[in-house]
Amino acid sequence: MAAWCQTLPLDRWRLDNEAPEDAPVVLVGETAHGPRITAASAPARQAGARVGVLLADARAVAPGLAVYPADPAGDRALLETLALWAQQWGPWSALDAPDGLIIDVTGVPHLFGGEIAMMADAKTRFAARGLSVRLAIAPTAGAAWAIAHYGTKQNALAPGSDPLVALADLPVAALRLDHAVVLLLERLGLKRIGDLAAVGRAALARRFRDRRAPMANPLIRLDQLAGRVPEPILPVLGVAIPMVQRRLMEPVRHRTLLDRVVDDLATALARRLEAGGQGARRVELGMWKVDGDVLVRRIELAAATRDPAHIARLFADRLDDCDAGFGIELVRLSAPWAEPLSLTQDDLEAAAATHGTSLTACLDRLTVRLGQDAVAMPIPRASHMPERAQRWVPPDPALIIQEELGFQPRPLKLLDRAEPIAVIYEAPDGLPRVFRWRGHVHEITRAAGPERIAPEWWREKGGARLRDYYRIEDSTGRRYWIYRRGLPGDGRGGPPEWFLQGMYG
Amino acid sequence: MIRFSSPKILPEPGRGTAPNLFQGGVVEGPLGQVVAYRGVAKPTPQTPCPTPSPSTTATRGPPSRTGEDMLHTELFASADDASGAALALAFAHQPDDHRPWLWVQDKTAIRQSGRPYRPGLPPSLRHRLIHVAADKAQDALFALEEGLRCRDLAFVVGEIAGNPAALDFTASRRLSLVSSRHGVPLWLVRLAARHDLGSARMRWDVASAPSPPPQWNTQGPGDPRWQADLFRAHKFQPGQWMLGHDGQHEALHAFEGGHGSPDHGGVVPDAAAGSLEAGQRSA
Repeated sequence: MAAWCQTLPLDRWRLDNEAPEDAPVVLVGETAHGPRITAASAPARQAGARVGVLLADARAVAPGLAVYPADPAGDRALLETLALWAQQWGPWSALDAPDGLIIDVTGVPHLFGGEIAMMADAKTRFAARGLSVRLAIAPTAGAAWAIAHYGTKQNALAPGSDPLVALADLPVAALRLDHAVVLLLERLGLKRIGDLAAVGRAALARRFRDRRAPMANPLIRLDQLAGRVPEPILPVLGVAIPMVQRRLMEPVRHRTLLDRVVDDLATALARRLEAGGQGARRVELGMWKVDGDVLVRRIELAAATRDPAHIARLFADRLDDCDAGFGIELVRLSAPWAEPLSLTQDDLEAAAATHGTSLTACLDRLTVRLGQDAVAMPIPRASHMPERAQRWVPPDPALIIQEELGFQPRPLKLLDRAEPIAVIYEAPDGLPRVFRWRGHVHEITRAAGPERIAPEWWREKGGARLRDYYRIEDSTGRRYWIYRRGLPGDGRGGPPEWFLQGMYG
Repeated sequence: MIRFSSPKILPEPGRGTAPNLFQGGVVEGPLGQVVAYRGVAKPTPQTPCPTPSPSTTATRGPPSRTGEDMLHTELFASADDASGAALALAFAHQPDDHRPWLWVQDKTAIRQSGRPYRPGLPPSLRHRLIHVAADKAQDALFALEEGLRCRDLAFVVGEIAGNPAALDFTASRRLSLVSSRHGVPLWLVRLAARHDLGSARMRWDVASAPSPPPQWNTQGPGDPRWQADLFRAHKFQPGQWMLGHDGQHEALHAFEGGHGSPDHGGVVPDAAAGSLEAGQRSA
């Protein structure tokens, strides 16, 4: 169902301001060339004012106009509330800015006694709110829009009927096209939807082949009207954000008092969340200062929770750098991101505090203090380059990971960046005897290898060199993982270089 | 399972065997299964058996998996090899515990000795590692303390390089208290650090030692060996051991060949009376 509130700005103005019916009211918006009329009431239109005309020109024709400023933002807000209100006729609704609504009424009309009765009901209710509306029901959103805006005879299309046939008499502007495209089509002599449908797809496709946007391409709009291509519509969802606030009698300037207020708010928020069966994932704390400044602190939680002590404690770490100035007069706690969290049995252990924190609480505290990237767990990655074979992800102990087969012993620790070592070798393609690393000379007494790891050709450049890895032990028993990058004479750079990459336990 | 002061393991006095420092079940070390036990034991019948006082056994809520004095241990090791972390893991791991564990490193430790490498970790530990990369030593200490408070962690391994000002005796004692209150063992690896003041109940010096030739590739490096020097302990006589993987026993074994390898009786007389919590209570 499409609803078109043609005179929404004027209706809204009339509801807000008591004015006689016959006043020649016009609403004006500011433009670069001066005030221009955006809406005109019927008496004003009779007097000569028209929408889109400069106010100065209209005043020259009709000197008695009552001029008021337009409020597009307020109209938009009213339209949003109307969209939610209109969900009484269907499961979801969408905005059709600036003054229309699209409501999905699939499978609903029989509850109201048919489509006609449903539209009558909707019309009555719109009228009760003081809004004039044009309604239409059609199989597709595009067809309903066309009938609501341009329909004359009927305002409900039966589910089986073909919109292209039924709406053949409507003007091409009913296809929701740009003004430029409508003008072009009218110059081509295609004034009705029926004319356009008779032209043939191939010709239309060729003429508008470089127009991707639906509102510039009549063929896409025709297909949407007929229901041949899908037309995604973004529905409006009413989401209530759990929010609690305290307006303070006396502005708070000290930290201890603020902590107390945050504790109270966290408790109240927990109660609010519990009522909705929700747990917070993101919590925002807003503090309005006397001097008009607003401080906002935001935390994210690893798992949905509504434990007030936990939330208050996390904020306590973030409040250290707050400058209260002349005082904080309003504190608000809201949970913009909440997830379902069912009620659970309370912790029966009386002294839970002495038994330590849970893992999620521990992770929360660590990430709040140290940052999101500081806490991680390694998971394997399908790569045979050693430094790419693991990757760090946010910790999730429940993560199940397929283990990889390990054919070769790998070092316990890997340096972030393999460090170059100076070597003395007997043969350029063999194992060194002695190497120097971090200012110390290590004499190799035992070695296993080489394990040759070739570069990943699908990822690296063609000039990347292969690596020969050796597990070695020096004379004092230190065990390292070293490699030679490249082979002598492989034509990919100079003589091979040696690196130390890992340490065995 | 490494138990140091559990009454089950320490024998009755006068039975003729010395209390074994390392004794018990199977430990999964960095290179497989290891059992901790002490190699040579001499009869020291005059050593009295410490009986844990009731206050130390009954106060903590979680079941005491390890001895009281195992809870905070410091291992001093070089930053140029992984011996400290490897021995800490060999000590720390318990085969019947499948909870996550925490590994905290500060920035210098990461730069000098690298990050944990999952393919090289023991198979039963690698999937439950949670790693914390802290910028400063203060942050690392905070992370260690938070980890010790967490009841869902099996143990906490920390790696801190050098002697930062933040890690003074007060901070060390704080860690000891948290650890003993919540029963989460802490293995703090000190990389390239002086032996400064600390309240750890056991303090070790760890260094890599030449490994034995492996069975098949005799040219290659074998199973790891560490030269471990217990230079300060609350309940035990200091001593030096050569620890390592023993192929036959699948165990962390103490081998002959440590420097001097003095064999002390093990337990210091009347040591158990000075447990940390008990001392705090009387203070």
